[in-house]
Amino acid sequence: MMLSVKIASVAVFLAIVFIAVPVLIAASGRTDLYYTLTSVALLSIASAGVWLTFYIGRINIGQGAYALMGGYVSAILVMNHGWSFWPTLPVAGLFCAAASVLIGLPILRLRGVYFAMVTLTLTEVARLLALALPITNGAKGIVSIPLPGALSVFGLTIIPDFATLQNPRLAFYLLAVTLMVVCFAVMYRLVHSRIGKLCQSLQQNEELASSIGVNIAYLRVIAYAVSSFFGGVAGAIFAAISQSIYPSSFTVTDSVNFMLNCFLGGLGYVFGPMLGTLVLYFGWDLLFQTGEFQLLIYSGLMIVLMLVLPNGLLSLALPSRKS
Amino acid sequence: MADMLEVSGLTKRFGGLVAVNNVSFSVREKEILSVIGPNGAGKSTLFKLIASFLRPTSGEVRLKGERISNLAPHIAARKGVVRTFQETTIFKNMSVRDNVIIAHHLRSKASLVGFFLGTGTAKADEAAFGQSADEILALLGLASLAGETAHNLPHGHLRALGIAIGLATNPSILLLDEPFAGMNHDETMRMVAMVRRLRDLGLTILLVEHDMPAVMKISDRIVVLNFGQKIAEGTPPEIQANEKVIEAYLGSEDEAIGL
Ligand SMILES: Nc1ncnc2c1ncn2[C@@H]1O[C@H](COP(=O)(O)OP(=O)(O)O)[C@@H](O)[C@H]1O
Ligand SMILES: [Mg+2]
Repeated sequence: MMLSVKIASVAVFLAIVFIAVPVLIAASGRTDLYYTLTSVALLSIASAGVWLTFYIGRINIGQGAYALMGGYVSAILVMNHGWSFWPTLPVAGLFCAAASVLIGLPILRLRGVYFAMVTLTLTEVARLLALALPITNGAKGIVSIPLPGALSVFGLTIIPDFATLQNPRLAFYLLAVTLMVVCFAVMYRLVHSRIGKLCQSLQQNEELASSIGVNIAYLRVIAYAVSSFFGGVAGAIFAAISQSIYPSSFTVTDSVNFMLNCFLGGLGYVFGPMLGTLVLYFGWDLLFQTGEFQLLIYSGLMIVLMLVLPNGLLSLALPSRKS
Repeated sequence: MADMLEVSGLTKRFGGLVAVNNVSFSVREKEILSVIGPNGAGKSTLFKLIASFLRPTSGEVRLKGERISNLAPHIAARKGVVRTFQETTIFKNMSVRDNVIIAHHLRSKASLVGFFLGTGTAKADEAAFGQSADEILALLGLASLAGETAHNLPHGHLRALGIAIGLATNPSILLLDEPFAGMNHDETMRMVAMVRRLRDLGLTILLVEHDMPAVMKISDRIVVLNFGQKIAEGTPPEIQANEKVIEAYLGSEDEAIGL
């Protein structure tokens, strides 16, 4: 794509999410859509993390574990330690990244279905830990988490106290899409810099990569840590929006959905997980009217889509990239 | 001439099987040394030991006097021992040029963060790698295929790409595992000429090969393995006349050892 086309598409995208959507929602009075779109934005951040692990050739069905972990870290810091929500956001991400380094060092040696199975178990382990640990308050979870307070830097209030806002839903929406934009900008830059090529080299041939001097163990762990960071941040905001977190807030189903979002959008495209999340989330909701057939139709459509479009939805719009 | 690589008492056991048994030899600077031997003789294992893909049970490998066995493969590569594979292994969904550019990774001065931010050092690296990649592609006759996705290349060119990837790492010694496997006569002769050209440019080359006529033509010296042991070492004429070697290949066609 030419540079001007790129800049124009980015501008259009930003105008849609930051201006058109709030204006249209205000005009139609459908403020419930804010919640839906906020969820899509947050889930797409978690899915972007999963996409990055796909990019180094690992099928990651464990993102739910980090989303849950991030949610608890933020909730515990706010509730037990009197922190403001805002610093808990990066701390939750970093905590998850650090945990993923410890977990990733042994498990990232596994490939294919073995790695996938271990990560799948990880989500369940996280849920059981949340049930069992004293600090997470078992099945009762952590509830009545206050809304994010004001954020000020050098006495200047950048973000007002959410509790004082007329429309905290809009505030959460703006927060979520801002983070989504930052997340995908980082992903885009990662993938289009040398790091992206290095990740591809892992995906395509780890043995050769290491024989040309790539420290594959290090790179895998870095990619997995970035992935888990995104999961943790998404989970932390979820806890803040729902003002609660339970062991069942993120389950194996969520982990599987994060992965499906990537498949559906396209593993070869940075923006695949964003589109995939949007389509899956709304698709699932639209099928709600079909009642008991919802899951059946949904699964059937997924299978057909993957057969017809193995490279994801974005392969319709964009030509397959050369490398 | 000085020794580039020194293999001493190298042994590798897999359970009860001794795949490489107390093998010693050295590779001199700027020579082509070939390792030959019947199937299962331990050639590939020897290569993996030298490139640190396997840890020896005992013995060691030294590069320019520095011990390099027992390192991680990417560290061995950084020290200058680079292996291209028996199976034609490349990054098959990248363009030919990207394959060679990525192989310059060892030479980067910029850090990962530097590449992410696009610092001056990172940009300088990119430019230098691109130029060097183009030179290597030209040297190996791949310039016209630079933009092609690697998995579309015909067999002979794939092998050349494997070597281009190896060259890009700027190795002290290049290990080629069966560079002529599956090639017809013309392709083999072209590859022989190419490997010699690399040697003439100052590279030290250690290769494993089945194709005896090619080995006899290309090698400065030859080491023969059988059942994991070194049974002979010498120039091509010496090897062709060696009783033990002829015995080891007994039962195979005479032409198999280039007689
Ligand atoms: N990873 C391994 N585990 C067990 N045995 C192995 C392994 N790799 C090679 N071998 C055995 O070691 C012997 C030498 O194999 P190899 O080095 O591949 O021989 P060559 O390349 O000369 O044909 C063979 O008997 C082979 O079966
Ligand atoms: Mg072999």
